[in-house]
Amino acid sequence: MSETAEDLGQPESEKEFKELLTFFLAGEEYGVDILRVQEIKGWDSVTNIPNTPEYIRGVINIRGSIVPIIDMRLRFTLEKKEYDATTVVIILNVVSKGNADRVMGVVVDAVSDVYNVPVNDVKASPDFGTAVDTEFVTGLATIDGKMIIVLDIDHMLNAAELAVVDQMAE
Amino acid sequence: MSIDLEQFHETFFEESFEGLDIMETGLLELEHGEVDLENINTIFRSAHSIKGGSGTFGFTAVAEFTHDMETLLDQMRNGERQVTVPVVETLLGSVDVLRSMLNAIRDGSEIDVNNVSQMTASIKGILGVEDAASGAPEVEKYAQAAKGWVVHFKPYVDILKTGNDTVRLLRELNSLADQTEVTVDNESLPPLTELEPEECYQSWSIKLIGAEVSEDEIREVFAWVDDECDLKIEAMAEDSSDSIAASPGEEQSEEELPEKRSVEKRAGKSTESSSIRVNISKVDELINMVGELVITQSMLSRFGESEEFNDSTIERLKDGLAQLEGHTRELQESVMRIRMMPISFAFQRFPRLVHDLSTSFDKKIELIMTGETTELDKTVLEKIGDPLVHLVRNSLDHGIESPAERIKAGKSETGVINLSAYHQGGNIVIQIKDDGAGLNKDKILTKAKEKGLVNSDERMTDDQVYDLIFRPGFSTADVVSDISGRGVGMDVVRRNIRELGGAVEVKSKPGEGSVFTIRLPLTLAILDGQLVGIGDETYILPVISIIESLQVKSENINAVAGNAEVYRLREEYIPIVRLYQIFDIKPVSTELDSGLLVVVEAEGKKIAIYVDDLLGQQQVVIKSLETNFRKIEGLSGATILGDGTVALIIDIAGLIDLYQKDMASNVVSIKGAAA
Repeated sequence: MSETAEDLGQPESEKEFKELLTFFLAGEEYGVDILRVQEIKGWDSVTNIPNTPEYIRGVINIRGSIVPIIDMRLRFTLEKKEYDATTVVIILNVVSKGNADRVMGVVVDAVSDVYNVPVNDVKASPDFGTAVDTEFVTGLATIDGKMIIVLDIDHMLNAAELAVVDQMAE
Repeated sequence: MSIDLEQFHETFFEESFEGLDIMETGLLELEHGEVDLENINTIFRSAHSIKGGSGTFGFTAVAEFTHDMETLLDQMRNGERQVTVPVVETLLGSVDVLRSMLNAIRDGSEIDVNNVSQMTASIKGILGVEDAASGAPEVEKYAQAAKGWVVHFKPYVDILKTGNDTVRLLRELNSLADQTEVTVDNESLPPLTELEPEECYQSWSIKLIGAEVSEDEIREVFAWVDDECDLKIEAMAEDSSDSIAASPGEEQSEEELPEKRSVEKRAGKSTESSSIRVNISKVDELINMVGELVITQSMLSRFGESEEFNDSTIERLKDGLAQLEGHTRELQESVMRIRMMPISFAFQRFPRLVHDLSTSFDKKIELIMTGETTELDKTVLEKIGDPLVHLVRNSLDHGIESPAERIKAGKSETGVINLSAYHQGGNIVIQIKDDGAGLNKDKILTKAKEKGLVNSDERMTDDQVYDLIFRPGFSTADVVSDISGRGVGMDVVRRNIRELGGAVEVKSKPGEGSVFTIRLPLTLAILDGQLVGIGDETYILPVISIIESLQVKSENINAVAGNAEVYRLREEYIPIVRLYQIFDIKPVSTELDSGLLVVVEAEGKKIAIYVDDLLGQQQVVIKSLETNFRKIEGLSGATILGDGTVALIIDIAGLIDLYQKDMASNVVSIKGAAA
């Protein structure tokens, strides 16, 4: 684990690896940098926040801090799904420029695995034009013949918030 | 061993800014004609510490500048100079320059050299004029000094532990005179076996023969060890060096005391720093509380170990739990008190502000401050400063009339601004009251109509009209002066105060003046909350804003213009706010008479909030939603309930705004449909 962290500090290195935690969302496998994952917990009830978009499910208490929970399916405008036994909340550390780090949770269908992926194997995602929103995608990685969509969580979760602010301003 | 001096910089700046404040306060008193030697001494000592500190840390520009100030102050102190208004003004000006220099150094920016040299020139100007006049005594002093001095230096045993080096002091003394004679007194030196190498046992008598220095210059050498030694300085008489002079050493220590006291009095002051100085008694209190808590805990843990459990043990367990609750609460209060600081830290800048502004406006103003010792949370205190400055400026600029107008109105020429603070309920109330012309209702209304803030046919009470000045985009100043009308309006004042969970309102009487009242919570951390149920959700209303809760009588409900509902409560019509509509929640029932109305008030406005149920009251710890998320309109934060779930705290003032926006958008849509 610590070795990986060191490797991440040397982008020039050929053998640079990145550990990804992957999860499922509507049949696709997505990955996030495991160093950003604070914990994984089962779905529990949340406190709704009024006048926020539907994808912001509400807030929960994680050891005394109030943490907002975002539904990834709704965020990506995928089909809604009832939460079941495999539904989990991944608590992530979100880094934003100029602000203190924040803690946010995302609801996903299920967690999958942890992979060690060479950074060079993460390919930029092809341009889908306007058909698919690739704004929050860092790239695509192939592991054992499967495609994994690597997400830029900082961008996604900060943008998620900004979108709300804009909406409120109108 | 090299010591990283930078770690002390912050302390130095903190202390220097304190010193500057002390000097400012003192100088303002001087200006009012109260020439008091102790006061001048205090000012002098502050300047001296700043000079010493800046010298140590290598801020030579500051040290040099302060040196000139100090010279001037020294002359005042010795009665060699009359305390006149121009001198005090110059000193006040130099306090400002010094402050900006220190700020510049702290922020690593450039010092405004022009400013500094201008100020230095004007101080030197005063000094030069006076030097010619008081040349004679000065010469005499040196003449007396010419024969030399005898310095009896007896350090306390602990002097070395404070980081002072006696050798350095002696070396420095040596540099003052061409010829020195040093006698060491080794009498108290213990036998080698008992000798503690970190202690100092010797004392010295140093003869500075033919040294052309003043007594003060010698004292300067010992400035850092003042309170760690007995120091006697005697002028060398014709030939005897043993003349028994009055011991200036004792005098010195007496002189030291007030300074220490003033430092203690000032303890805890720092405007933007993250550190806090706490009175030791508060800490002791805390330790006592923790002691009590430990005792209670050990008492309770006995029950956990005991085998049997019967009625009597349960009774004692209950007692123990009650004690625990008491102690927890007391502990909580003690901890809160650590963050509490007297409001004088926010008030102290006003004498200067009023002084400066009244000069620039050509108005005569007296500032009366009361309740400066009222304590409030440090965070609140730091953030309330700017809104207060704005309000006081406003009173000065718009409130108080010019002396001519005042005389015409049959009032005394001097206007009075009252700044007061006091506790009321769980709140702190700050009032800014002036005896000026009062708010001009017609002018406000005209302006508001001009800006489209109100409809021309709207009927409003006086208070509602006055409240318009807090609306964004409103400024009543006919002439935009450099003080008001800089785009920072009353709306910003209100917003800042709201961010602190407080409220501001204004009352005014034409010809008699206006009163701005700010209400602030004592602390931002804990709130007395009323839990209410709406559908499946639990919300918290601050108990402080609740006036009453009541069951709905349907005959008291009236609908205005179809949509807006009001409730008649003792001849008062209060708008009903259906919280579930505003927050988009599915309620248990939408029938008003099956739920309850909670009448709340904020900023002089009342609303009746419709809720499904009242769930009980408790103290809640306020958690910010902004830490991980962002601000939500109508909510002031969240808290964690006993069962670990999160409940949201309603911001009443924000909710009223939301409700009004909601209503306004309905009106617009109706109008749109009609068109």
